[in-house]
Amino acid sequence: MNMVNLTINNRAVSVPEGTSILHAAKETGITIPNLCYHPDQEVKANCRVCVVEVEGAKTLQAACATSVKEGMVVRTNTKKVRDSRKVVIELLLANHDMNCPSCSKNNHCGLQEIAANLGVRESRFQNVLEEQEIDTSSPSIVRNQNKCIKCGRCIQMCNQVQGLAILDYIGRSDSAQVKPAFGWYLADVACVACGQCSVVCPVAAITEKEDIEQVWEAINNPNKTVVVQTAPAVRVSLGEEFGMEPGEIVTGKLVASLRTLGFDKIFDTDFTADLTIIEEGHELLQRIQEGGTLPMLTSCSPGWINFIEQYYPELLAHVSSCKSPQQMFGALAKGYYAQKIGVDPQDIFSVSIMPCTAKKFEADRDEMSVDGENPDVDVVLTTRELAKMLRQAGVDFNKLEEEEYDAPFGLSTGAAVIFGATGGVMEAALRTVYEVVTGKTLESLDFKAVRGLEGIKEAEVDLDGTIVKVAVAHSLSNARKVMELIKSGKAEYAFIEIMCCPGGCIGGGGQPFGGTDELRLKRIEATYRADTELPIRKSHENPAIKKLYEEFLGEPLGEISHHLLHTHYHSRKH
Amino acid sequence: MSELIYRLLTKNFNQIDPGSIDDYVTRGGYLSLKKALKMKDMEIIDEIKASGLKGRGGAAFPTGLKMEAVKMAEGSPKYIICNADEGEPGNFKDRYLMENDPHQVIEGMVICAIATGIRFGYIFIRGEYVKSQKIMETALEQARGKGFLGENILNTGFNFDIDIYTGAGSYVCGEEFALLVTIEGKSGRATYKPPFPTTMGLYDKPTQINNVETFCTIPHIIELGGTGFGKIGTASSKGTKLVCLSGNVKRPGLYEVPFGTTVRQVIYDLGGGVPNNRTIKMVQLGGASGPILPDEMLDVAIDFDEMRKNDLTFGSGAIIVMDERIDVLDILKRIVQFFHHESCGKCTPCREGLTQLLILIDRFIEGTASMQDLSLMNILMDTMTNSSICGLGQAAPTAVRKALEYFPEEFTSRISNHVAAAM
Amino acid sequence: MQVKDALDKYGRSPDKLIGAMLAYQNSTPCNYLTEDDIREFAKETGLPESRVHSVASFYSLLSTKPRGKYIVQVCYDVPCYVNDSLNLVKELERMLKAKMGETTEDGLFTLEYSSCLGCCDKAPAMQIGENLYGSLTKEKLSDILTEYRRKRHE
Repeated sequence: MNMVNLTINNRAVSVPEGTSILHAAKETGITIPNLCYHPDQEVKANCRVCVVEVEGAKTLQAACATSVKEGMVVRTNTKKVRDSRKVVIELLLANHDMNCPSCSKNNHCGLQEIAANLGVRESRFQNVLEEQEIDTSSPSIVRNQNKCIKCGRCIQMCNQVQGLAILDYIGRSDSAQVKPAFGWYLADVACVACGQCSVVCPVAAITEKEDIEQVWEAINNPNKTVVVQTAPAVRVSLGEEFGMEPGEIVTGKLVASLRTLGFDKIFDTDFTADLTIIEEGHELLQRIQEGGTLPMLTSCSPGWINFIEQYYPELLAHVSSCKSPQQMFGALAKGYYAQKIGVDPQDIFSVSIMPCTAKKFEADRDEMSVDGENPDVDVVLTTRELAKMLRQAGVDFNKLEEEEYDAPFGLSTGAAVIFGATGGVMEAALRTVYEVVTGKTLESLDFKAVRGLEGIKEAEVDLDGTIVKVAVAHSLSNARKVMELIKSGKAEYAFIEIMCCPGGCIGGGGQPFGGTDELRLKRIEATYRADTELPIRKSHENPAIKKLYEEFLGEPLGEISHHLLHTHYHSRKH
Repeated sequence: MSELIYRLLTKNFNQIDPGSIDDYVTRGGYLSLKKALKMKDMEIIDEIKASGLKGRGGAAFPTGLKMEAVKMAEGSPKYIICNADEGEPGNFKDRYLMENDPHQVIEGMVICAIATGIRFGYIFIRGEYVKSQKIMETALEQARGKGFLGENILNTGFNFDIDIYTGAGSYVCGEEFALLVTIEGKSGRATYKPPFPTTMGLYDKPTQINNVETFCTIPHIIELGGTGFGKIGTASSKGTKLVCLSGNVKRPGLYEVPFGTTVRQVIYDLGGGVPNNRTIKMVQLGGASGPILPDEMLDVAIDFDEMRKNDLTFGSGAIIVMDERIDVLDILKRIVQFFHHESCGKCTPCREGLTQLLILIDRFIEGTASMQDLSLMNILMDTMTNSSICGLGQAAPTAVRKALEYFPEEFTSRISNHVAAAM
Repeated sequence: MQVKDALDKYGRSPDKLIGAMLAYQNSTPCNYLTEDDIREFAKETGLPESRVHSVASFYSLLSTKPRGKYIVQVCYDVPCYVNDSLNLVKELERMLKAKMGETTEDGLFTLEYSSCLGCCDKAPAMQIGENLYGSLTKEKLSDILTEYRRKRHE
């Protein structure tokens, strides 16, 4: 690697060729403020906050967009630079809804942080914001044009990672806005509610729809038994909200915090993840044995389900009929647990803590109701919303002692934990399917070929002489490739796992902000660590699951299962 | 008067039927192309380098160096683009060149293609120039018919063809990167692309982009030879310049003069001065993005070095004369409104800055401005110039800045009395 | 002309989109692109609707609002402005009984400001369709409009 020598603020630094000034400065301990820059995205260079002085250049240069050159002399804190950055921030503030204290991103806002760091106390410019209707049409995300700074991160995410292109710049000059074609409501376009836009938005222009108040109300209602489930991916990310290093596993504290908030029963979605493996695994075997539609596609990611229903409805027969773990849990909570503890299902208030915004949409679906009237999951909170609730309650998360989940839905396996990472459902399924089919014990439980951030992964498993090919895809641009492969008849797989979000659920749209590949890798690493730390690592060995079948469900794919744990999908093509 | 005029690029104007390739050929057209076909590619580039030709679009980059860079750049296919997105208010030379002598444009492009080994080119014509599009369309067809363009040009085995790309109404598309993304079928927003178009241009391939006038100069360089051509003009600025004279002047029009001619000569000796014996209040050079200067400065020569020494720019060649009746701030508002309308809206300083600059100018016009507004206006303009992503935002405040320099009383006299008294 | 026809003529690759949209728009009676048109362009080219709308909303010669049969584009930039384009605008508004940006009651004309038409040596100038008119006076204006009114009945 060729190294380039330059000076930044009179300090010599040597960095690899091709490094941007932004990164070179970081090496010397200088953070250059920026808004539109995102490490996983193409350089956009439109916010103009990261400008620096480069000797010999007539104008200031965007540090994100300028590569270092041998002998370059860079200054990041001259008066010219500071003045310019300040004016840019003031210009943005002058066209921004500045109700910061009441903003959902207060203290998590890139614009606010930079304004504070630069010592911007007011905008000297006239406020020119023309207030516009906030789009609350989607059950998952809220689009607030009044906060948008037009950085384009959401556009890139939606276009390039998810391949949907719901958002673009519409109009030009100061009437340019980031929105769906024709300014349609999100509910009226083929948005999948994945919320990836909200993860990369540096301000509060796109956020999750907040449902915290409903949960407080339920908790404070003495007639309600409030049960809560926590998704696998939440335990490896919630700590970030409280200053912990990415990749900390906080399962015990998570349970304790929910108890502190006043939830009556703290359960684990991991339990129904194990259940999903049993049902889905048997469905796969049935399809293979009875000549059903193959490849079978997983169904646990609601953003992905929204995608196939709207973009590839002709392939819906491939999708497993299994409900997602969240909805299996919801159905059990109201259709089994209520009865078990002798409470009217209507008095059960079922909450889920999810890394996901699309889960809000899923819980809202008509099909997701055991009694046909009330939702099985009453409210979905994202990881970020739970953190907000904890802050509202003044819970010092770091000080909490670790606690255990409640029975009967608290016991789970390593196979369930890895549902949170791309490839995890596949790996969990293989652990079970292999042993069920072959009757042998797996020597190594780790299917490394399906792990990691590569867009589409493949593996082959030898089920006692029968070679089964499987594939794993995450993010919808990769899902689209797989769909096209299936349509062309070239997908020789039996089973394909598809996750809507990059990295799987650990990279979900409801996760703490700052979703970069670097961060996602740390969460993934924690996920597999959590797997190995658990005593049981195969779903079919979960004793609580066995008991559930004995006591209630009977057998996988049985009649009760069919009623409670399976569903159907339908075309919603625009 | 007439000795000021030097007919090189305009020598065929009114002498030929622009719809007739034969007329062009009769007057020596495509001879330079034939000559170039016999030259080695580097010889052509060397002649252009020796001529000292600098781009006529405003940036004044040496054309020979640009061609060399494209030639050396890795990647294929490479493209030639003729920038005919003439949208700078006060400029009409490219329209005149295309509508009066279309084959001159084509000949220039083909010669460049021979030198750089490029197979395909676009002429990007702004959407408003419907007539230019039609004339160029016809000329291309004729050139193909006579073997000057297309497959196997003049039986030499060399292939080069040109397509016309029509804009749809956006000034910023004259900016190279915005022009490129427009051809790629996207909104013409200024994009950041790491290197220059010479190495990563259209579809990320090496691309030579030049102005219509630049391409039109090429055949004359080949005809006269680089050194021969270099005898026209001044030490820093070789050849002739097409000047677009407009505003409050007796004889507005397109004039071709050798570099070194002064602005005053153009206005008075060629343009006949201001009608009705009025005096000049100010002159804007280059177009909306150019500086405004008072009468005292008009002896500045049209010459890249001299302009630079005086902190002026000549852009692509407009001289807009405004007489004593004109209100400086009224004109500034009009200019800023133009940029406000044409900003692509991508980067903060330009998108938000122009809105605010208009508000500030209005305060001066209404007499409600304060001293703080004056300093805020200055710092805002500095930010726009220093930090905007492309030339539009960088140049948008030029007229206001120069007006502040040369006509400060126009601003200070309008600062709210109440506030001024307190100073 | 149908959207399909325009695309058949120009091609369906992204670089042909703007030209095809312009040609199609200019062939429609009301000189604009409807939501359905834009969706059709998206469908036919395989480009996202948001992208096609983004393009349509960016260029000033493309419109997403209905307009008259003839678009009267009045240059409003400095060379024309100092040659009294303001009066030209007033005169046009008076003659057509429509303000800038509006369409005449009979749907024949829409008045629009235009960026520089490259006719600065013959200021003030305006353009209607393919025809550029310079050195405009009240009388000339009246003749031009009469001509277009007459043409309508042809």
